[in-house]
Amino acid sequence: MTTLHFRVHARPAWRRWLLTRETAVIAALAAVLLYANAAVSNFDSPLTLYYLFLDVTPLLLIALPLTMVIVTGEIDLSVASVVGLSSVLVGVLYAHAGMPMWAAALTAVAVGAVCGSLNGYLVAYVGLPSLAVTIGTLALYRGIAIGLLGTEAVTDFPDSWTDFAKMRIVEGGSLPMVLIPFAVLAAAAVWLLHWSPFGRGVYDIGLNREAAHFSGVNVERTKLLLFVLTGAVSALAGVYFTLRYGSARGDNAYGLELQVIAAVLLGGVSIFGGRGALHGPIAGVLLIGAVASAMRLEGQTVNAINIVIGVLLVASVVATPVLNRVAAERAARKQK
Amino acid sequence: MSEPAPEAVLVLDEVRKTFGATAALTSGGITVEAGSIHALVGENGAGKSTLVKIVAGVHRRDGGTFRFQGRDVDFTSTADAKAAGIAVIYQEPTLFPDLSVAENLFMGRQPRKSAHRIDRAAMYEHSELLFQRLGVHLDPRRFARGLSIADQQIIEIAKAISLDTALLIMDEPTAALSGVEVDRLFAVARALRDEGRALVFISHRFEEIFALCDTVTVMRDGAYVATQAVAETSRDEIVAQMVGREVAELFPKTPAPIGDTVLRVEGLHSTGKFHDVSFEVRAGEIVGIAGLVGAGRSEIARAVFGVDGYDSGSVHLHGEAVPMRDPQASIKAGMAFVPEDRRLQGLVTESSIARNIASVLRRGLARAGFLSPRSELRAADAWAQRLQVKTHALDMPATTMSGGNQQKVVLAKWLATEPSLLIVDEPTRGIDVGTKAEVHRLLSDLAGQGMAVVMISSELAEVLGMADRVLVVCEGRITADIDRDRATPETVMRAATQTHRPEAGA
Repeated sequence: MTTLHFRVHARPAWRRWLLTRETAVIAALAAVLLYANAAVSNFDSPLTLYYLFLDVTPLLLIALPLTMVIVTGEIDLSVASVVGLSSVLVGVLYAHAGMPMWAAALTAVAVGAVCGSLNGYLVAYVGLPSLAVTIGTLALYRGIAIGLLGTEAVTDFPDSWTDFAKMRIVEGGSLPMVLIPFAVLAAAAVWLLHWSPFGRGVYDIGLNREAAHFSGVNVERTKLLLFVLTGAVSALAGVYFTLRYGSARGDNAYGLELQVIAAVLLGGVSIFGGRGALHGPIAGVLLIGAVASAMRLEGQTVNAINIVIGVLLVASVVATPVLNRVAAERAARKQK
Repeated sequence: MSEPAPEAVLVLDEVRKTFGATAALTSGGITVEAGSIHALVGENGAGKSTLVKIVAGVHRRDGGTFRFQGRDVDFTSTADAKAAGIAVIYQEPTLFPDLSVAENLFMGRQPRKSAHRIDRAAMYEHSELLFQRLGVHLDPRRFARGLSIADQQIIEIAKAISLDTALLIMDEPTAALSGVEVDRLFAVARALRDEGRALVFISHRFEEIFALCDTVTVMRDGAYVATQAVAETSRDEIVAQMVGREVAELFPKTPAPIGDTVLRVEGLHSTGKFHDVSFEVRAGEIVGIAGLVGAGRSEIARAVFGVDGYDSGSVHLHGEAVPMRDPQASIKAGMAFVPEDRRLQGLVTESSIARNIASVLRRGLARAGFLSPRSELRAADAWAQRLQVKTHALDMPATTMSGGNQQKVVLAKWLATEPSLLIVDEPTRGIDVGTKAEVHRLLSDLAGQGMAVVMISSELAEVLGMADRVLVVCEGRITADIDRDRATPETVMRAATQTHRPEAGA
């Protein structure tokens, strides 16, 4: 038998790392931050960054498990409704039912997990398309939220909790305390998707469900678990949302699902599954947050901000095939 | 040089094509005459597919001569090739399942009545005429969904004829056909030849080449090797031309000591698929499962391994019951399963070679819950080494490899788990002669080391050469259990065709 020598990588490291969607989004984020720091007045104040982080925290949280759901080739549109339901539950359980705050929050997260398990069961075990299932539960969970509290709002929360939601790590600094629990969750998510055997299975499912099944990946259980995680983390975002604004309402986080999905796709995750890495969506959320923040300081309307974010998303989707073609043509020219 | 009287329909000479760093064709060539059936053979990676794709307008050549019907041509799309009169029938045709047979035939060129309405009556009538001409019976009104691959190919051929195709290329058309279906396809092919059309037939099966073709062109390593009349050559000569070296014996199963029972299957039943299936496989034994395509062989294997469920019966490995429909448990118990379709079931083709090889193993590679790419690479390197996988880097996606190499990756992925029972389903389908011999030697070695092997194969010669015992499946039942020394093509084929239907035959 002859000894073969395999190279580990076909392309040099700089090309593998630099020519990715994730790097492009991080570069775009850096460019926006540099530009805004120089050209937008007040952008460089610690307060701007502080509010930027407070605003994007729910998106950052939800993007973590949702990215994994999308990598398997599925989608969850019900995340914002779970945020709303969780917010209402925290309010009702604490103010009306007299539960202690921590118990109300834990119950809300547990209910979020149950919401996710319904999505996951219908998708993974019944075999229904996730798009249809979660459009349905988007309406269902939001409906329950509004049904529970009507048009009322619960605003009477303990100060110690609402203060924590807005606390800074360093007094007067720009980093809010919530970034610490987020960082812990993000580390756990990175481990799960990128450094665990489970995560390899997630990609295999997205690329070739059947081959994954043949290799002993439990496709159904994997999908169920990811939907449950998405439900629980969305509910956690709902608790945060409630405390941050000091208000539990049925229509909290209305339409947030589209922002999260936009950020995840902007971050280079393929809607068809199998491709993407967590740092992409995190950069995607921050990019959307930074653009929105800078435009708000410039006095732009929400409408204008939405238009810019929409253009960004479409451009990023168009960029991939265009770049691929350019790369293919360059390779072809090199051959001649 | 004087002009030969009527120029051949298709002339390719010194055709070159490179993809990235790999030269798929260095000097491809073939000359196909009208009114003949021309076999194109070569190992996988010899450049047959690339050559065909250039003719079909899928790829453009980088250089060389390409003449069709006496004119220099340069197709930039498949539509160009079609318009010129070239049709390619692939192994698995792609029809629209929810349209009728006739609608599929006349897709995009339906006969019209006034006001642009589709003239269905005329469409059905034309279809009937086409099928009559081919001597086949197909209902043009039925939906394409549920048609056998053989019928779908016939529809593609009918479509090609209705477009007045001068050159018909068939890329491994018989790979998924049963004996009767192959006979029908050959009858159609001969009818077309007699009408004066040119046919190119790509196949790995020599019997078929000698039964059907007039001329054979051999390719090797992206280059033309030789063209001969089939009547003037032999199987050995063609094989020698293909590999450029003398091949070792094709089926080298060496005797191995037979040990204890590893797998015991009892009364396995799945309605509509297989009935009352019982057998045992012992350590060191290769059990071949033979039978016609569609007899239920793969279905049994899938149920035993656990990717599918079953209605009743039991599977025991080393005396322990293996739970139903739980591949993970089967793997843990020591089973490995190389499935029939390596691109759809065996590999995540868009994933890297390293990840594919480590894909079953990875739970064991994780340390404290952490799976590092380095440990995956180490495991993959060792097994790619052992199976002599040809690639220059382990992070290349498996799509970039030839069929034989892909099969080695699938084998590597399963052998890495060090199983006690290996089930292989069509382990050498569509792979080149050289790799095929390597796979056979490997299976023989594994059995020699005490592994129990179950080998499903449609190639009778492979089963007879490799198996210590042959189980024959017919219509979902095991109809014979034949020892090596009593297994002959006749005994196996007789058991494989023990049906209640009269028309079965090889």
